[in-house]
Amino acid sequence: MKKRIVVIGGGPAGMQTALRLKARGMEPLIVEKEAETGGKLRGWHVLFPTFTPAGEVLAELRHRVREAGIETMTSAEVVSFTQHEVALADGRRLTADAVVLATGFTLFDARIKEEYGYGIYDNVVTSADIERMLDEGRVAKADGSRPKRIAFLHCVGSRDEKVCQQHCSRVCCITGVKQAIEMKRLFPEADVFNFYMDIRMFGPGYEELYREAQQRYNIHFVRGRISEASPTIDGGIQIKAEDTLTGRPLRMSVDLLVLLVGMRANDDNAALAAAAGLERAPSGFMAPRDPFLGNVRSNVGGIFYAGTVSAPKNIGETLNEAAAAADAAVDYLNA
Amino acid sequence: MATINFGYTISKPRAIDIDRNNLRKSDEILREMPELQSCIGCGSCTAVCTAGNLTQFNFRRVHTLVRRGEYQGAYEEMNKCMLCGKCRLVCPRGINTRGVVLLIKRKLGDF
Repeated sequence: MKKRIVVIGGGPAGMQTALRLKARGMEPLIVEKEAETGGKLRGWHVLFPTFTPAGEVLAELRHRVREAGIETMTSAEVVSFTQHEVALADGRRLTADAVVLATGFTLFDARIKEEYGYGIYDNVVTSADIERMLDEGRVAKADGSRPKRIAFLHCVGSRDEKVCQQHCSRVCCITGVKQAIEMKRLFPEADVFNFYMDIRMFGPGYEELYREAQQRYNIHFVRGRISEASPTIDGGIQIKAEDTLTGRPLRMSVDLLVLLVGMRANDDNAALAAAAGLERAPSGFMAPRDPFLGNVRSNVGGIFYAGTVSAPKNIGETLNEAAAAADAAVDYLNA
Repeated sequence: MATINFGYTISKPRAIDIDRNNLRKSDEILREMPELQSCIGCGSCTAVCTAGNLTQFNFRRVHTLVRRGEYQGAYEEMNKCMLCGKCRLVCPRGINTRGVVLLIKRKLGDF
């Protein structure tokens, strides 16, 4: 009889894991808590650094999952699991020969950084809001007019002890560069500023895009963290920072302030880890057994990790890791 | 009317105020040499700078200030440059730094 592997989470990681498991003769079951698969890829406009529509990647993954005839349960929330059994919120229990945890991450809630005024002032938005606005084809100030000056702030909810998120979310830097370029394409007459602490261009083509943003699109990069945002009388936002490269305080008003929100560990990681005996990193993400030879394995036999449940990753890394997690699960069951 | 001496002076604000600064010259400079925008602030130019070893001249700081619309004193600062070109040899972004010095002097000569 075919071995049944429950894949918790139906985002890119979960779908890719299931596809690989199916290809290797297993019987995967995707358990997704939302009404449809896709995870955070839903509602994202285009992907860095190539500006590939996220919908294209998602449609292809869903198509493959359908073609492969992979069983998928949606609106099914997992409350606890072990390597042998997965318990759902509605009381159902699914038996498993192995489990792959692919529950992803949670976007940092920008309201926690109250000094930036997200949710308080109009015209302070997050990177996720920008993707949604781009998807809806309507990027504008709250009053519907075209922004003339836009500022992006990096590291919101990342590398910040004050909000208990000390890790780097990695992908926000390149997202800031990508979105700044999209803003320049939409509003060529606008001035676009990026306020950054460090620019971390870790992937192929990222540094090139950064340079293109500077040189071709004339996007300004100011090294310094915005300390606070306040509303101006005409509905704009005044921001203050230090221009650390000149050693002087800097202030300016902008029409739109975009907060590049980070990736943080899911709140339910703690409960899931406790029930299954799994270890977590200090960041709250799941801790792989070892970072080199066992990075998709957990400290418990029969439980594997795919994607951002174990650390912030981009889509490409997530898809690669999902295939590796599936292979590790197959090896475990065949051993 | 004689100025009354109150026994104190008022310091000028140190903040760079992008709303007040006139960025026209800065835009012109960046349009002529867009490569200047790709500076990553590494400081290599200033580290090797012959003039910087002998004076307070800091090329990176001056051109960054110019890009923010802070032109005051930039021309005089750039005059400290001896055009030796070592900065251009080390710039990891390949910026024609000597060209930047000449361009800023040309654009801001009347400041």
